[in-house]
Amino acid sequence: MKKQHLILFLTVLVAVFATSAVFAQDQYAGVTIDVLTFTGPQIAEPLQRHAPAFAAMTGATINVVTVPFADLYQSILTDQATGTNSYEAFVFAPQWMGDYIVPGYLENLSPFVEADEALAWEDVGQFFREFSSTYEGSVYTIPLDGDFHMVYYRIDVLEQLGLEPPRTWDEYLAIAEAANGQDMNGDGVGDYGSCIAKKRAEQGYWFISSIASGFIQTQGTSQGGFFDSETLQPLVNNPGFIRALEIYKATNAFGPADELNIGVGDTRGLWVAGRCALTLDWGDIGSLAVSEGSMVNGLTGAVILPGSTEVLDRATNTLVPCDETTCPFAIDGVNHAPFAAFGGWSGGVSAAADPLVKEAAYAYLSYVSQPAQSNIDVTIGATGFNPYRISQFEDLQPWLDGGFTQEAAENYLGAINASLSSPNMMLDLRVPQNARYQQVVLDEVISRYLADELTAAEAAAEIEMRWNEISDELGRDAQLAVYQATLGIQGGN
Amino acid sequence: MQAEPQRLSAAVGAMGTPRERPSIWSRLDAASPSVLLMPTVVIVLALSIFPLIVSLYLSLSRFQFVRGGFQITFIGFRNYEKLLFGSEQRHFLGRIAAIEPIWWLPLALLGGYMAYLLFRYVTSPRRRIFGLVMRLLTLVITGGAALLIAATLSGTGLPGTLVVTLIFVFGSVALQYGIGLGLALLLTQNIAGKRFFRIIFLLPMMITPVGIGFLFRMLTNTTQGPLGPIWIAFGQADFSWVESASSARLAVIIGDVWQWTPFMFIILLAALEGVSRETIEAGLVDGANRFQLFRFIVLPEIVPVSTTVILIRLIETFKIVDMPNILTGGGPGTATESLTLHAYNSWRALDLGQSSAIAYLLLFTVTFVAMVFVNFVRKRIIQAFS
Repeated sequence: MKKQHLILFLTVLVAVFATSAVFAQDQYAGVTIDVLTFTGPQIAEPLQRHAPAFAAMTGATINVVTVPFADLYQSILTDQATGTNSYEAFVFAPQWMGDYIVPGYLENLSPFVEADEALAWEDVGQFFREFSSTYEGSVYTIPLDGDFHMVYYRIDVLEQLGLEPPRTWDEYLAIAEAANGQDMNGDGVGDYGSCIAKKRAEQGYWFISSIASGFIQTQGTSQGGFFDSETLQPLVNNPGFIRALEIYKATNAFGPADELNIGVGDTRGLWVAGRCALTLDWGDIGSLAVSEGSMVNGLTGAVILPGSTEVLDRATNTLVPCDETTCPFAIDGVNHAPFAAFGGWSGGVSAAADPLVKEAAYAYLSYVSQPAQSNIDVTIGATGFNPYRISQFEDLQPWLDGGFTQEAAENYLGAINASLSSPNMMLDLRVPQNARYQQVVLDEVISRYLADELTAAEAAAEIEMRWNEISDELGRDAQLAVYQATLGIQGGN
Repeated sequence: MQAEPQRLSAAVGAMGTPRERPSIWSRLDAASPSVLLMPTVVIVLALSIFPLIVSLYLSLSRFQFVRGGFQITFIGFRNYEKLLFGSEQRHFLGRIAAIEPIWWLPLALLGGYMAYLLFRYVTSPRRRIFGLVMRLLTLVITGGAALLIAATLSGTGLPGTLVVTLIFVFGSVALQYGIGLGLALLLTQNIAGKRFFRIIFLLPMMITPVGIGFLFRMLTNTTQGPLGPIWIAFGQADFSWVESASSARLAVIIGDVWQWTPFMFIILLAALEGVSRETIEAGLVDGANRFQLFRFIVLPEIVPVSTTVILIRLIETFKIVDMPNILTGGGPGTATESLTLHAYNSWRALDLGQSSAIAYLLLFTVTFVAMVFVNFVRKRIIQAFS
């Protein structure tokens, strides 16, 4: 048995004994909880793995049901809206929670959280407690994951090229160009300068916001990066977003030939196979890089999202150089706006379930989120869970036990912490029906732009026109009110 | 067998005494057809007609979640307007460009042929007002579709989901028929292992479409797929099926052809095996060569079956969704996005109004193509080859 597996086994064993004192034996005997989430192996894996231990302690049966990511949003809605109520718990993107809470489909978990010491609620980072869990002052979901986009780089390749990790997107392109075609894993075949998942109808549409954020959001988190916070006018038909589109497309030249048809699962596979010099991804790469079979263990570095030395002046709709006024949060003259893409997988409980079932469903989500389980889960690449608790940043031991070196753990957690503590962190969109804005319009138009069906200017104009159409259709004032309320949330641990 | 004499005697009795009330048995007997049909009618109404009406209403509405549930607001034809003239026009119909000269000849031939058919009908003694209206409608819609295809495939034009679907339908069905007929002809010959090949050729049809989608996704992945080393060995390490719109569409068509050629094959094989041996032998005695045998004896006999199987596949292929959804997600851009995938993409973001409107436009397109095929194409093909 490998050391990592042994530690995992012992930790689970200890956790079972430790938490069995909290749960009365067979407290939920005969209760079945169907948990709906997306097709794994990530996310579904820890939910399935923890089920037997929870069942042994409480008597509850956990069934994890999975659907493809693109179907998850509507699967939850249709299950609840039609009164089918096939599921008692859901693990989903917190930015969708408004669409589930407003019609009354999710249970208010505040009373459960307040009475639950084992959850260690204050240990959860403030951003995740607010953005991923709270709606109009009440807790509706339990955070299981912490999500930020970061740039990963090959330490050895950059050293060989005599280059530093990218601070701006222009530097990213320069490194990608310099590294592209070099054999980075010793198989005699040229590898790629940059690997980004750009497949349509998968998670690709988040990446354009990660590039655009540094050009568009400059005055702190509350400024927002998707819409003007006073008029709800989309912040896309401007030189900043168009420049981001150009950079995004320019990376095509340094990626795999079928980059437009690969998802994050593929780019992660390419990364651990040592085939990419740079990649843009969530925190998963860090733990996957130290997993068994990885060719980049000890060679993977992480850095906060690159930014820009020129930013959008919203008053004149032009790009202006960074200075103390235009970029008050700039680091060495570069405006970074780390994008909290997705926000982290979170679990909610169906309001339609019976009281005992609700209690059991909450207990299971709490069990998975408790430090005894989650502090180990976030160190394992296969879980898809990334750090979101303060203790996960402070205590390096689980990371070292998980295969990280001290240096790699500090580098990885440092990059996440730099994003999380940035006063200019850009929040993901959480207005009602945000899936229509992002999953449908943004995803489709970006895909058409990457496939040369549209120019950058045409793509920006089309997104603006169609986002405005959705806002008008759903009620601009109502959408604006929710957008403003979301921006009231501040970042930081 | 016992009930029959009783029923007969009851009937005879009823004839003899007209004012006598019919017995319970005869009343039950009279009602039995309706009673027995009722469950089927109810099920058909519940599962087919009712959703059809509801989705028609949804296509004229906006679906929205509100506090405590959802709300459906009637908005008239706005969803259709958005698709045909509004923000979704480029997605649905495509980007129109000036028609290139290469299209002029086919368009002129099509226009001329349709005008000739119309003229012939107008001058024929069996002309009717209804028939004339239907023909004019067919001419306008077919002509419009041909112009749309030419304009979106010319120069800077880009086909929308409607034209992409038509490319899949006609490209895929033509290949399926050609390959299916070829394989069926091969297996009517005396070759070794006929039974084995018959089963092997049928296998793709047995696999779930989603499974085939994933299979082709792996096969077309040139960086990590199982065929990657072969591409590299042929010096095509940087080749990708999804790099261009045409190769991505070709990949989808190949997958669909691989799955559905067996359907064509098995039906055409049955038709070929039904061709009279005596007629073929008579042809051989008269000195006909292989081509003549096929053209003048075999083909006329299999044409009715061929047109039927083509019609079935045309209707089915209009609904293509699994292959493009799994293989390319509709990309690159919207190059492989079919109408059903377009509707599905709207549906999964809970834009039920637009999704239903696309579904209705698809229903209209399928119905129109099927009607034209049955009333104009099928009849003429059978006449031409008989």
